[in-house]
Amino acid sequence: MLLDLAPAPMTYSAMPSPPNPRRQARFVKARQAPVTQDQDWAAHMIAVRDKQDKAAFAALFQHFAPRIKGFLMKSGTDAALAEECAQDVMATLWNKAQLYDPARASVATWVFTIARNRRIDIARRAKRPEPELLDWAQDDAPDQADIYEAAQETKRLTAALADLPEKQRALIQRAFYGDLSHSEIAAETGLPLGTIKSRIRLALDRLRQKMT
Amino acid sequence: MTIRHHLSDPLLIAYAAGTLPEAFSLVVATHVSMCDDCRARLGAFEAVGGAVVESSSVALSAGCLEAVLARLGTPEPVSPAKPKSQLPTPLQDYIGGDLAAVKWRRLGMGVRQAILPTSKGAIARLLYIPAGQAVPDHGHRGTELTLVLQGAFRDETDRFGTGDVEISGQELEHTPVAEAGCDCICLAATDAPLRFNALIPRLLQPLFRI
Repeated sequence: MLLDLAPAPMTYSAMPSPPNPRRQARFVKARQAPVTQDQDWAAHMIAVRDKQDKAAFAALFQHFAPRIKGFLMKSGTDAALAEECAQDVMATLWNKAQLYDPARASVATWVFTIARNRRIDIARRAKRPEPELLDWAQDDAPDQADIYEAAQETKRLTAALADLPEKQRALIQRAFYGDLSHSEIAAETGLPLGTIKSRIRLALDRLRQKMT
Repeated sequence: MTIRHHLSDPLLIAYAAGTLPEAFSLVVATHVSMCDDCRARLGAFEAVGGAVVESSSVALSAGCLEAVLARLGTPEPVSPAKPKSQLPTPLQDYIGGDLAAVKWRRLGMGVRQAILPTSKGAIARLLYIPAGQAVPDHGHRGTELTLVLQGAFRDETDRFGTGDVEISGQELEHTPVAEAGCDCICLAATDAPLRFNALIPRLLQPLFRI
């Protein structure tokens, strides 16, 4: 089965970089656009968490709420319910801000997990068992390098996703929109998962450091 | 505890995407609670989910933000971590306590089971197999996940110790045997009835929902 991560054809750093006009075009565009780096989202989220900063929340809302709505609509939710749920997800982000750790996940990743849980809620009314929380609460201030890395990761994965051939990108999206069952994912031979191999190693190193 | 048998990528992706039946999610959440390796892999797959959210934007109606701002109250404080116990918290939540709280039912030959309450689509059960005892040989119509919580068992494929998870598909026929020395306790989830090769277990199947 190809889902084996061993060969890493799509490892981001291994991608041919210079002569790729699409990537260059996007890079130029990104530089001209107003600064909306995910790293800043982490700073906004910390302001919400530590100071209950409503302006920071509003900025997060402007960026993420339309994306949550889009994500839920692609998952088969109608527009009105998707918007209502996007509001719920953003309210949850405010209410549970204390649980946000910028060194462990980018804001986009955290938003995804909340939106996914909301989707399970409306679709199946089933409970979702969650892994035990690691006791990182007493952690000293998280390492800036970890925060930077978590934020960069979403940027890298988003770029890698955009660079995939349409068919492969559609497969990944369908898997995360909840369109594919476990056995369909297992049977699928076109998922380009090498992209995230290095991320797994980093996360594991960090966990080991923390737990020893 | 050295874990040698991990969750597969498809299982972690489906759990990250939120498409696994509840019983399978329980096995995944319990294993991830015990296994740093799978926790890191799950985190990576959730980051892919983050990237998918980043690239799905649809315009909101007017007044959407104001409505949410109006309902923001005081954020919830972090609840204190639960005291350490024998079992990972996701499993405790389904048992309603620790191993002592399990309501076992006898299956014969000293083997006991307790079915845990989950939604339809798959069944989760705890299995208690006395040291040295075998579970009747069986095949699978769907997927069976077996996570060892205590002790160890062996079957035709390998040894499975505490924390290990065996993923059995339709191609596997096996006779798991609990290792001598320690009774074996497993959390197992199936999405279709097992296929027992001997007559007696087959007759008992509907009774035990196995």
